[in-house]
Amino acid sequence: MNSELLIKNGHVIDPANGIDKKCDVLIVDEKIAAVGEIEKSAQKVIDAAGKLVTPGLIDIHVHFREPGDEEEETIASGSAAAVAAGFTSVVCMPNTNPPIENETDVEYVHRKARQARKTHVYVMGAITKQRAGVELAEMGFMAEAGAVGFTDDGNGVQDPSVMLRALKYVAMFDVVTAQHCQDDSFAGNGVMNAGYYSTILGLPGADTLAEEAMLWRDVQLVKKTNVRYHAQHISTAGSVELIRAAKKDSLPITCEVTPHHLLLTEECCAEYDTNYKVNPPLRSAKDIEALKQAIAEGLVDALVSDHAPHLQSEKELEFLAAPFGIASLECALGLYVKVLLEPGILNWPALIRLMTEKPAKIIGVDKGTLGVGRQGDVTIIDPDAEYKIDVKKFRSKSRNCPYHGWTVKGRVEKTIVGGEIRFSAGD
Amino acid sequence: MALIRKSKQFKWRRKHLLGLRELSVEEITYILDTAKGFEQISTRSVKKAPPLRGKVVVNLFFEDSTRTRNSFALAASRLSADIIEFTQKASSVSKGETLLDTARNLEAMGIDIVVIRHNAGGAPKFLSRNINACVVNAGDGFCEHPTQGLLDVYTIRKIKGTLEGLKIAIVGDIAHSRVARSDMWAMTKLGAEVIFVGPPTLMPTQLSRLPVSVSYSLDEVIEKVDVINMLRIQFERLGGNPFPSIREYSHYFGLTVERMKRAKPDILVMHPGPINRGLEMESEVADGERSVILEQVTNGLAVRMAVLFLVNQAAAQGD
Repeated sequence: MNSELLIKNGHVIDPANGIDKKCDVLIVDEKIAAVGEIEKSAQKVIDAAGKLVTPGLIDIHVHFREPGDEEEETIASGSAAAVAAGFTSVVCMPNTNPPIENETDVEYVHRKARQARKTHVYVMGAITKQRAGVELAEMGFMAEAGAVGFTDDGNGVQDPSVMLRALKYVAMFDVVTAQHCQDDSFAGNGVMNAGYYSTILGLPGADTLAEEAMLWRDVQLVKKTNVRYHAQHISTAGSVELIRAAKKDSLPITCEVTPHHLLLTEECCAEYDTNYKVNPPLRSAKDIEALKQAIAEGLVDALVSDHAPHLQSEKELEFLAAPFGIASLECALGLYVKVLLEPGILNWPALIRLMTEKPAKIIGVDKGTLGVGRQGDVTIIDPDAEYKIDVKKFRSKSRNCPYHGWTVKGRVEKTIVGGEIRFSAGD
Repeated sequence: MALIRKSKQFKWRRKHLLGLRELSVEEITYILDTAKGFEQISTRSVKKAPPLRGKVVVNLFFEDSTRTRNSFALAASRLSADIIEFTQKASSVSKGETLLDTARNLEAMGIDIVVIRHNAGGAPKFLSRNINACVVNAGDGFCEHPTQGLLDVYTIRKIKGTLEGLKIAIVGDIAHSRVARSDMWAMTKLGAEVIFVGPPTLMPTQLSRLPVSVSYSLDEVIEKVDVINMLRIQFERLGGNPFPSIREYSHYFGLTVERMKRAKPDILVMHPGPINRGLEMESEVADGERSVILEQVTNGLAVRMAVLFLVNQAAAQGD
């Protein structure tokens, strides 16, 4: 007996196949079976009139903290948060405790995700052992276990020769190498952007140079190796320039941005509210403009959350002592609607493309479209429904979210993973 | 209270003193005027007044300090408060207790005023949001040291009559100096022109947005200024190697007898202490006739009495 799910009357947006119109989507046995005007009925029918029907959203930068910091987040709680936010696939970063640095670690994350049975959970492994930037981690075994990329996220790989070696080595496996661009000798002990506000607040600042110097260096390494490279959470106007030049040279370089680097400036730190302490730090209005321009030009390949959950007790410290990070998975779509769609920087198909097809390509998974035969991952969005972001309603275990109380549009109505409804609004 | 000269229509409302950036000219002037009233207590045979009788002040110091700590302790005692001394070593901070828990525990003992020094910029503000006691900033990271800024302008005003139109040089490690920041806010609000002097490697970022000018040449500045405030080189805060050697630093930025010959005859020489003699300043200058370094210390007591008095009064009236 086949299981069938028919989504009727929705406005289907599937950028990979150029679909942007009212039609139906049929999923049979976990796979997309048909997209178009479908006359026949099915065992299960969802009426999506007035809603957008898109490929399941993909967030290639989240921190689910497991193993090691399960009090902040677990793969189960993070997965529940993900489907509630419309994400049918996420990519966990390896800066757990211990870090994800061998095949057993990768398999552990996959097993926990299967048990949670919410969203697809992928994982990037560490580039170097203990993310210490010295010795290469077992990237081959991790790739075989299903790691979709490598990064020492939280740290940049400082030693240029180690990074060069990593890129050369990873070329064997056709898996992307990602970088948290931060040259520590420039970043120092900075806890916010270096500028007027760090000066008057008396806090150590991290200069934009810290990000740009490493990105510049990595561009040279990619020129040398021609290996796929992904710049994580770029945040400065200078980084945009480097990406623009690299893309002009047709280098295999992609990049991502976060909501906070588009919505919040360093000025937000003025009251020492640690919910605004994030790395890379919040920058200036000029940097925000450059990032928006980059998105408008098509220079940015993925919109991510960089969901970084922390306990209230950890954030209830002096700004200097509190950990970096913003928990934003559950409001990411609404924030992107606010900052990119409403001002007309992107339309819906372009926005969805940066949250589905393009990130899927970066991590090399067969997802992010509604093509027939693809996995039945679908997100149904009410584009006009407004809601107030309320951290108390988060499925995430953490509440470190500066957007609490903001009103945004674009509510996730249903999240379907492999043909199964894993989230319905109001549940 | 008879000691206090009342400004017309002005009422002090702050129960915390966190920094001078947020204070108005009127507020700064009011503190200075209040301090003037307290100055005479120290010259009486019975050096005590009753306004903080029955109140408890805690000196919550997470960084080393001699003069600021003692000055606050003495100020509190002259106002008849009880004082608890808290140091990082003697507390459970080393056992991993957070700043907030430490402060809440102290508050549970009935503290009225917390005088805090901490290595994190914003720590006093963070405390003020989370506890009911009054919070007085005794230096937070390299953000502010408001009572030092106040005693500096108090000292200048006392001798020069006003700060309006004065040119003031602040020399040294501006980047890591909370004194430079508090001085800048207070002095410019009161009408002085402030020049930051030091090597570019010891200047903070985006100075262009601050109400100061910058010079890398003490020789150019020395002739023009009415007041010169020599900051201490804070070896404990310097990262890396911001200048090649102490010898070279002293050569360009030390206040020497030679340089003093080119200064205005009525220049005031200040230093927040403790002095590295022979480094930022030669001993002959530190002890010379233009030096007001010890007056600063004396005036600090009156200023801190005024601050403790005012925040306590605001707390009593506010609740």
